[in-house]
Amino acid sequence: MDESHHRMKSLIGIGVIAACLWWCATGSVAAEAQANMSPSPQLEQALVDVSSEQEGTREQAVRLLIEQGDASLLPRLEELRANADRSLRMAIKPVIDTWRNRANLVSPDADTRRTAATDLGMYGRPAAIPWLQAAAAKESHRWVRYAMEESALLLQLASDNPAGQEQAAAKLGDMRSQNAAPALQALVQAGGGESATGEQKALAHGAAAAIERIESWNVWSSTIETLFRGISLSSILLIMSLGLAIVFGLMGVINMAHGELMMIGAYATFVVQECFKLYFPESWFDSYYLAALPAAFLAAALFGLILEATVIRFLYGRPLETMLATWGVSLILIQAARMYFGDLTAITAPSWLNGGAQVLVGVFLPFNRLFIIGLSILSVIGIYALLFRSSIGLRVRAVTQNRSMSACLGIPTRKVDAYTFAFGSGLAGIAGWALTLVGNVEPGLGQNYIVDSFMVVVTGGVGKLAGTIIASLGIGGLNKLMEPSLGAVYGKVLILVLVILFLQRRPSGLFAVKGRHAEG
Amino acid sequence: MFWIVGFVLLFVLPILNVLPADDSWLHVSDFALNRFGKFLAFAILALGLDLIWGYAGILSLGQGVFFGIGAYCMGMHLMLTIGSQSVYGSALPDFMVWNQVTELPFFWKPLYSFSAAVLAGLLAPACFALIFGFLAFRSRIRGVYFAIITQALALMAWLVFNRNETNLGGTNGLTDFKTLLGFRLSAPGTQLALYVITVLCLGGAYATCRWIIASRAGRVLIAIRDSEQRVLFSGYSPATYKLFVFVVSAVLAGLAGILYVPQVGIITPAQMGVLPSLEMVVWVAVGGRATLVGAIVGAVGVNLGRSILTNSFPELWPFFLGGLFVVVVLLFPDGIMGIARQIRVKLAERAVRLPKTQAVEEE
Repeated sequence: MDESHHRMKSLIGIGVIAACLWWCATGSVAAEAQANMSPSPQLEQALVDVSSEQEGTREQAVRLLIEQGDASLLPRLEELRANADRSLRMAIKPVIDTWRNRANLVSPDADTRRTAATDLGMYGRPAAIPWLQAAAAKESHRWVRYAMEESALLLQLASDNPAGQEQAAAKLGDMRSQNAAPALQALVQAGGGESATGEQKALAHGAAAAIERIESWNVWSSTIETLFRGISLSSILLIMSLGLAIVFGLMGVINMAHGELMMIGAYATFVVQECFKLYFPESWFDSYYLAALPAAFLAAALFGLILEATVIRFLYGRPLETMLATWGVSLILIQAARMYFGDLTAITAPSWLNGGAQVLVGVFLPFNRLFIIGLSILSVIGIYALLFRSSIGLRVRAVTQNRSMSACLGIPTRKVDAYTFAFGSGLAGIAGWALTLVGNVEPGLGQNYIVDSFMVVVTGGVGKLAGTIIASLGIGGLNKLMEPSLGAVYGKVLILVLVILFLQRRPSGLFAVKGRHAEG
Repeated sequence: MFWIVGFVLLFVLPILNVLPADDSWLHVSDFALNRFGKFLAFAILALGLDLIWGYAGILSLGQGVFFGIGAYCMGMHLMLTIGSQSVYGSALPDFMVWNQVTELPFFWKPLYSFSAAVLAGLLAPACFALIFGFLAFRSRIRGVYFAIITQALALMAWLVFNRNETNLGGTNGLTDFKTLLGFRLSAPGTQLALYVITVLCLGGAYATCRWIIASRAGRVLIAIRDSEQRVLFSGYSPATYKLFVFVVSAVLAGLAGILYVPQVGIITPAQMGVLPSLEMVVWVAVGGRATLVGAIVGAVGVNLGRSILTNSFPELWPFFLGGLFVVVVLLFPDGIMGIARQIRVKLAERAVRLPKTQAVEEE
């Protein structure tokens, strides 16, 4: 993942530099026309002064360069820098950075513009305020504009003009700017001292009000993020549990090798990726991920079919033995994967899933998580359609409800079992395909969430999709909800306790099939 | 038969350890005896598991938790007896010094006494099983549901014991023990005594399980396995019986843990997690469910195989273990004892076909 990211970044970097060079080139033509007319005398002097040994002169030169120079002078500074000693390089660096960032403010890439704006805000050069304001006025991307305005205000806040500072504090409060909190805190402290002047006190008052607004927003944004993380974990659990739950409902069997079927899906994704690297042009690389979907589904489904035909069909009616046998299979699969693929295998997420979307101040939703949430919703819809809108689904439901009656009515129950098992396994493969986005592909991949997903199935009960959905939302959500206060481990322990207590009231899960059988 | 095996285990092996010269073929080395003692400790646990799974039909995938609790109680006592002989010279166990714990946590304090440690090692699993079992059986959680819940329990226990702030040694567990009741643990004599105690405990556990099965309660347990509904309708309360047998198995697991720690010298969370708990089930499955002897044979046999295989082909052990799960469940549902019984039946059939007088002579 990192590699392509880097490649992309460096491409952008090259692009930006090329743009700068082009700009410089055209600029220099103009400059020749201007015949070094306007900036030169002072700037030329500054360029010389920068190399001066005297601290004062050098600092002044740097300030001048930052305020009046622009990226067209970059080559000259680079030249200076190339044969400079360490202290001079250190002195020149902020100048170069500022110019670069200034140039990047008009870059065609939104992320570059945004990074440039944030950087300018952090370096604390007041000269950048007008640049940022000008850029913000032209900016169309909402969050880039936000970053530009925020940076401008941060610089204003750091200036020594009390009226401007107070205004900036109020505006930052309006913007719920999280980056401003430390600076505002410092102002509050400065205003709280014994020797504080009236101005400082007024400023501290304004800053405190701004901090309050920022913090109250922080509570909201962290709640939203927690909710999102909870939903994200829930969707992972849901995707994993769906196949498990269908098979459990139909055959009364918990497939302990389900996690390893996921692993097969993940490795199928990996193999497809490697094939794309070897046999297809690089521009096709991003589409490997889509091509891997059917591969992961089919590989896992095929394996499920084999598992059903060789192990599970002989253990019909003995669910506990089936659990043990499938656990044995899972041990073998894990070790086989470890010996064949080694311990760690890297998946490069397709570039269209890198990054994320900012929806509110301080709320950033990564695309890969959103993708998994979307996938789980799609899976639910697909399974619902398959179970309730197709003749195959009708058969599956019939066998789930009453196996012997279905058999009497001519439904080939054994075939239904085999195909459903293969389908459930295929779903596990899809889950593995999706999990490559959030974790490594490793032999133990299936083990990470598997006990949680067993709990989801047990809590959800058999026979109803809704049970699985609610149980995974509940368990995933509670997990993330309790993580901040209790820590991940004790949160899990508490969930186990809650599940046990819950089963007190409903021993066979949320939605047990109601019927006249005494056996529940 | 019981007495013969008991005699061999209790007298013949120790004598072969002590008397013959080191290079004699009859000699049983200290290492072999110690290893065997460990297997026999596992056999005690297997007896308990057989009791609930083989006889009462409840599959618990969380026996490792009870084993671990018993083992940790003993391990904590052994840690405390190290005293200030530890690396850091502090009266606190070393890992607490690393973790900057300045005062002994309250639940460590009673374990200075040996008898308290043994008592805790038996009672803590019992209480835990009592609470857990009460909640589970009262609401008629059974079968697959119970197995999954107990597996989750094993995962949680593993997670909690791995934490540093629970003051149980974290991932590294408890180790580096020195003495038990004043005897050096590294001395062969101490290990021999521990072996003998383990054999005696195993004998006691076996007799207890026998007695439980032969009693009326044992009949009810088997009836529960075969049809819980009918037991319920006959006026018994299956939950009480199940709870009883679950607690007994937890105590046996705790006892196994107590005996395991001084012989092996280390206890870590890795011995109580999901996988070890499942391995315990496979011991019973291999030996043969619902036969107490089978549980013992399975525990010793599988562990022997494990220690041989992991020495020579470490990467093959998971294949072997997984294969064992599948093969035993698929082909030999009654385990080794089942195979032995089949052979006996075959022999008997052949004997029947022979003329009567001859058959009698052969027997």
